[in-house]
Amino acid sequence: MTVNLWKYAAPQAFYPLAGRLAPWFLALAAALAAAGLYVGLFVAPTDFQQGESYRIIFVHVPAAWMSMFIYVVMASWCAVGLILNTRLSFMMALALAPTGAMFTFIALWSGSLWGKPTWGAWWVWDARLTSELILLFLYIGFMALHAAIDDVRRADRAAALLALVGVVNVPIIYFSVKWWNTLHQGASVSLTRAPSMAATMLVGMLIMSLAAWMYAIAASLYRLRSVILEREAHVDWVRQLPEVSA
Amino acid sequence: MKPLALAPMFASVVRRDLTLALRRRSDALTTFFFFVIVVSLFPMGISPEPSILRVIAPGVVWVAALLASMLALMRLFAPDFDDGTLEQLALSPQPLVLLVGAKVLAHWLVTGLPLVLTAPLLGLQFQLPESALGGMMLSLLLGTLCLSLIGAIGAALTLGVRGAGALLALLVLPLYVPVLIFGAAAVSASAEGMPASGHLSVLGALLLAAIVFGPLASAAAVRIALG
Repeated sequence: MTVNLWKYAAPQAFYPLAGRLAPWFLALAAALAAAGLYVGLFVAPTDFQQGESYRIIFVHVPAAWMSMFIYVVMASWCAVGLILNTRLSFMMALALAPTGAMFTFIALWSGSLWGKPTWGAWWVWDARLTSELILLFLYIGFMALHAAIDDVRRADRAAALLALVGVVNVPIIYFSVKWWNTLHQGASVSLTRAPSMAATMLVGMLIMSLAAWMYAIAASLYRLRSVILEREAHVDWVRQLPEVSA
Repeated sequence: MKPLALAPMFASVVRRDLTLALRRRSDALTTFFFFVIVVSLFPMGISPEPSILRVIAPGVVWVAALLASMLALMRLFAPDFDDGTLEQLALSPQPLVLLVGAKVLAHWLVTGLPLVLTAPLLGLQFQLPESALGGMMLSLLLGTLCLSLIGAIGAALTLGVRGAGALLALLVLPLYVPVLIFGAAAVSASAEGMPASGHLSVLGALLLAAIVFGPLASAAAVRIALG
């Protein structure tokens, strides 16, 4: 039996599928997060240098990974939308953006909480911190541009172009900030040299990353359903949905 | 009628935009004085101490150039968008990329070049050594052109949008970061008597990339805005 995957490019077909899939991803996220937090908080050994404070790594690193990964996925959906002219791709990008911005914010916030006990400062102008901050601005720009344009078709395409420009710029920004920081020889703290990590720490971090990943999928599927309902509100199939007509 | 060849068309768009700018000089002058005023606020806000001024000068001049360039972007496409000229340009047989490039060049000649030419005076006000002024002008020459090319994308994306001004800043300023870093670093290096050629080379590379990709993205954004 072959399944015609292209069918799901239509919002009408994807809406129920997203509704069926999202709870599973959410359940997976909850289970993985529970397992990851257990490994991270109870099984992983205390770090001999940083004590217990290092345990924020189990939130911080997954959030930072997801913040960058989601931007790339979002830009890919934008590219698909611009090339194939599929409406659902733009909606997908729009649904991903708030989750990506949230992970960026969590990465910055938890990094700041981690920085205080280990470096003695809430914030340093380290290359990673600075480029993560700029990534947050890029997410906010994407959402602000989309929100500012009333014509949905135009908003989709304009924001998509911005996301593509952004994704080309992210590596340039990262390397220029990195170079700038080494040139200024300012704060000499480095978080680039990863300490050799106990296996349980690594396992905990990977499980938490999977949890963050599953959460991102679930959250964006739920958000996507709302976006579809909002945009297709005038169409018959939406009016006939039990959750709408009731 | 045979359509104009590419070079004459490019030249005629540049000439048209320059003529328009000369007829309405106050727009360009406002940007220019904005730059000068912003730079002169810093000694009052921070300290008139020469040793401090010398350290902050590269960053101050560059941040002011960034803001001035961003402020000027609002006039790049918006008047032509409002009166329909932009639509006519998009319908013309010549590639829109070329015409957008011509508009950006004219825009830079009016708003970017004056900044490059006055920067040495501001550098002297900030007690920069005279040997650093050449490097400063060169970095601004490469950098402001880069800013105009990158900023044009944002200007085209925000055409006819509610609250375009603040939005434009939000979209464009993060993309300006690499130019700011290498531009200010080039000035700092030449102020310290170090060779600035490395930073200037990177600025040149950024400029080349912006020349190739900037007009392509701007033209796509103009087409999106025109619908």
